[in-house]
Amino acid sequence: MNPIQQRRQEYRSLFKQNVAKRLLVDKVVKIIVFSCVIIAIIPLGSILIEVFKNGLTAISIEFLTETPGSAGSGEGGIGPAIQGTLIIIGLSSIIGVPIGVMSGVFLSEYGDNALARFIRFFNDVFMEFPSIILGIFAFLIIVLVLGHFSVWAGAFALSLIMFPIVARTTEESLKMVPMTYREAGTALGLKKWVITFRIVISAAKSGMITGILLSVSRIGGETAPLIMTVLGSSQFFSSMDTPMDALPLRIWRLSLLPYDSAQLQGWGAALVLIMIILGINLGVRYYFTNKKNGFFGQLIKQRKKITK
Amino acid sequence: MTALTINPINMESSPVAAPERRTPIDISKYKMIAENVTVSYGGIDAVRNVTMKFKENSVTALIGPSGCGKTTFLRCLNRMHDMTKNAKVKGKVMLDDIDLYSKAIDPIYHRRKVGMVFQKPNPFPTMSVYDNVTSGLRLNGVKDKKILDEIVEDSLKMAYLWDEVKNDLKKSAVELSGGQQQRLCIARALAIQPEVLLMDEPASALDPIATQKIEETIIELKNDYTIIIVTHNMQQAIRVSDYTGFMYLGDLVEFGETKKLFTDPKEELTAKYVQGHFG
Amino acid sequence: MIVDKSRLNLKKRRVISDKVFKIGSAVAGTYVLVIIVLIAFQLMSESYPIWEKEGLSFITKTDWNAVEDRESFGALPYILGTLTTSAIAMMIGVPLSIGIAMFISDAPPKIGAPLGFLVELLAAVPSVIYGLWGLFVFRVYFRDWIETPLHDVFGDNIWLFSGNPYGLDILTASVILAIMIIPTVSAVSREIMKAVPQQQKEAAYMLGATKWEMFKLAIFPYSKTGLIGASILGLGRAVGETMAVTMLIGNATGIGAIPSSLFGPSQTMSSIIANEFVEASPASIHMPALIGIGLILLLIAIVINVIAHLLVTRMLKIKEGAINN
Repeated sequence: MNPIQQRRQEYRSLFKQNVAKRLLVDKVVKIIVFSCVIIAIIPLGSILIEVFKNGLTAISIEFLTETPGSAGSGEGGIGPAIQGTLIIIGLSSIIGVPIGVMSGVFLSEYGDNALARFIRFFNDVFMEFPSIILGIFAFLIIVLVLGHFSVWAGAFALSLIMFPIVARTTEESLKMVPMTYREAGTALGLKKWVITFRIVISAAKSGMITGILLSVSRIGGETAPLIMTVLGSSQFFSSMDTPMDALPLRIWRLSLLPYDSAQLQGWGAALVLIMIILGINLGVRYYFTNKKNGFFGQLIKQRKKITK
Repeated sequence: MTALTINPINMESSPVAAPERRTPIDISKYKMIAENVTVSYGGIDAVRNVTMKFKENSVTALIGPSGCGKTTFLRCLNRMHDMTKNAKVKGKVMLDDIDLYSKAIDPIYHRRKVGMVFQKPNPFPTMSVYDNVTSGLRLNGVKDKKILDEIVEDSLKMAYLWDEVKNDLKKSAVELSGGQQQRLCIARALAIQPEVLLMDEPASALDPIATQKIEETIIELKNDYTIIIVTHNMQQAIRVSDYTGFMYLGDLVEFGETKKLFTDPKEELTAKYVQGHFG
Repeated sequence: MIVDKSRLNLKKRRVISDKVFKIGSAVAGTYVLVIIVLIAFQLMSESYPIWEKEGLSFITKTDWNAVEDRESFGALPYILGTLTTSAIAMMIGVPLSIGIAMFISDAPPKIGAPLGFLVELLAAVPSVIYGLWGLFVFRVYFRDWIETPLHDVFGDNIWLFSGNPYGLDILTASVILAIMIIPTVSAVSREIMKAVPQQQKEAAYMLGATKWEMFKLAIFPYSKTGLIGASILGLGRAVGETMAVTMLIGNATGIGAIPSSLFGPSQTMSSIIANEFVEASPASIHMPALIGIGLILLLIAIVINVIAHLLVTRMLKIKEGAINN
């Protein structure tokens, strides 16, 4: 063995025989990290189980359609709350979606300038505004001005939550459409707005709809902005200028009552709300993910054909 | 079939004359043997049933057109494919007497015996030159500062980088030039005292001067290490290697002494490639 | 001639309708800027009465008296409440999230994808349902299995654990908050870890590193900035959370709301607004006080989120700019 090899051998002998220990540490870390996942999923499981377990006993046709009974009586239902939730998410979408989509179109199709970067940044900042602040804002510019609680105020507040999300998801979906689509439209002599609506948005449809539906499910669960805008009510919707109920509000108010029957109704309302939200979430993922797989599956098949 | 005139490559006119070896190749011993190695990604074979034997202290070049599987094969030799999802490796890779793919052993024990230098220099960007070189040593529990200093100097000298960095070892690794970073990566691999050095087109991302320095390094290193180098540069293969393996579409077409393979190849395919008929 | 004319008309028409389209979408884009300005303006002007009365000491006072003629309001307890619960939520939630990100970023897709999906589903649960579950399920177990034993063992010695645990307190609210920020922090952390170049991981692997050592050598040093950004993003989420906290924090007011022990009740900026806004008469300065608290909350939330975004995007940009020359 020449001196160089000898020296290397010496160095090697300095290496600790620590591989077994290192592998053990690695295994321990693997276990810790896995337990983190379990710890996070347990609450999810518990929430879903409790909501279903407790809520199911409260559900009945009466429960879903009647107005609330007197506090603690255990009678009545959450009819107005369900109606209110559906009305408010519908109205919010009517206000928020067009603004969000056009915003997203601007950022995607005309987005390569300082103004767009500015807007994009503030759009992201705005998404992090606490929702209760948006409720205060809607209160100040609508409820205070009108002098009474208003469904418009609630819809407006929720639309403020919606539109930045829709803008972001729309921008991303539109950006995924290849430039060649737009170039083809230009080559055909089409106007830009026609290209955008007829061609690009069509292609980006599923991504955009996913974003819109997910933002709808998000506002369906929002409570804070509704507190000072629609206030909540025990009556069905009567006019845009009176308080209205909504599921999250009803759940909150029921949870504050010291009666077991109210608690039970709270679980029932929670079950209905979760069903709506999870329904939208899972439906979106299932429907659109499957479609995507099909689309990509086709693409891969086509590519294989070409290379053969 | 038209006869191919094979023009022998003029070995004398290579830009860098290969210097004499300090130590002879031990022709009796194989440091590494790859036997019937097959690598498949999702059903497609990238390397098909390749068997190669590497003599101790020799330099073996792996050549072939893009996509022939030479890099894929190289990465089998230190079980790098364990990191790749979807990769399936079959066959044996013997390092001395140990089959690296045997179920009985954990590759961590042996992977440090096979150092690797990658195509693009990849020093750890948040660490200094010194820390980069000692990174493998610290994993192995070496803590004595004196020893670390010694090995750092030794490794950087072997990589022909010592003179350029010795005054500022605490410099961040990303402040070095591309060529220097690559030599740093070589030093980092050498620091853990490997027995085999794998190099995946180590100079392809570098300018000619840096390339020359790397080649000088390899030529010096081959006296003490078994080196396997993937290269698409045939002149480089001639300059530095003792043996050459030519791969094409996943198969090993020919393997033999470099001089012979380039001047008088056995296979027609080899001849075509070496002549530059396809690349 | 005819051909020229019609081409001219077409061009004109195209230009006009496209210009309208461009302006229209730009207006939609600037809508967010207008709203932000309006919100800032409204909050400042409507809370002006309390600033006029108390000046900046509104931020440091601890009174909370809505009785007419003796009105006095101070925001400090609620600022402390928000910061305390959010900080504890971070301390619990961030390590869990990074652990989750580590697991999912390295697990095979068959396991990683469904588990990642489940973690994301945590984000779909509305805050009020977290509150409901926290109030009627979690609180009971948490109080009996964790809070009471901690109090029994440490209550006399460590002030953190003094105070008889009833379940509606800072710790309970903070733990629920921690769960709520996990989806955000782990998702962003995962993206950041994915952004570490493959060659870095391979270099560590080549040296004979175990998976954990590879994280220590290649992933964490590289993504440190981004992970901090992800954590601060979680902090931003926690700060803005309202309903779950309101239902679990015990709703103290005034001096009693200043965080003193983990098992004591408190109040956050968002929860005091949620609890009292509707009852505050606009004629008094109760409402301006609440709006003033809202203004402080907004400022804190914006600052935190801007910092977080800068850290995260800086990290993701570094990945694109090569390390090599």
